[in-house]
Amino acid sequence: MILCVPIMPIQHSDDGSNARRAVFLNLAQIQMPVGAVTSITHRITGVLLVIGIPFFLYLLDLSLQSPQSYTQVMTLFGHAAFKLLVLVFIWALAHHLLAGVRHLLSDIDIGSGLSYARRSAWSVNIGGLAVALLAAGALF
Amino acid sequence: MSGLRAWLVQRMTALYMLFFIVFLLVYFLRAPAASYTAWHAWVSSPAVSIATFVFFIALLMHTWVGMRDVILDYVKPLAIRVFALALLGFFLVGLGAWVIRILWTAHN
Repeated sequence: MILCVPIMPIQHSDDGSNARRAVFLNLAQIQMPVGAVTSITHRITGVLLVIGIPFFLYLLDLSLQSPQSYTQVMTLFGHAAFKLLVLVFIWALAHHLLAGVRHLLSDIDIGSGLSYARRSAWSVNIGGLAVALLAAGALF
Repeated sequence: MSGLRAWLVQRMTALYMLFFIVFLLVYFLRAPAASYTAWHAWVSSPAVSIATFVFFIALLMHTWVGMRDVILDYVKPLAIRVFALALLGFFLVGLGAWVIRILWTAHN
């Protein structure tokens, strides 16, 4: 793994922050360790799921109001664009849930070692995609 | 809510939601409701509607802790930060009221 961080002398300014600390933010070149990918995706999927809550509630509401509105919801699932949207949320939920379980396990000291943590991070990233793939098979 | 309390709430709500989602998954994979009547009856049955209500309470608390962390990390100016947190709070309370309305209407 190559991490290109220019080394510069750190000078502390009056407020205690590192005013001239090295900054390297070329996202195309920064190589994130696999755990970092799991972590930032945990956060991004969390925000995504929050945005999804009102839409989910709207669908739940509609599905329970009357037989007509129930049919409306069912017809929605017939549209490919809608299925794609559902698929994105299933992936987000799967990744977020698996990454959360990984956190819970490390809370009770399971998998805190580096090599195990790297393996479990891979499992989470791939597991989320695998669930999405299964869901795609069921949806399409 | 912050510190140890937030940490604990995030994990307890996560565990409850995990079990609830597994329960939902089993339901939808085994024998999902095939009609409006069956679906409505299932959701409004005492056990399911109460478990669903608890799920949404857990979800909204979990969302508060998680989004609060995100806001504190990225929104630095105090005024905008307070505004964002307030907006989040009202958003979540509003969603909570909506959940109560949905489940209550289904119950009657």
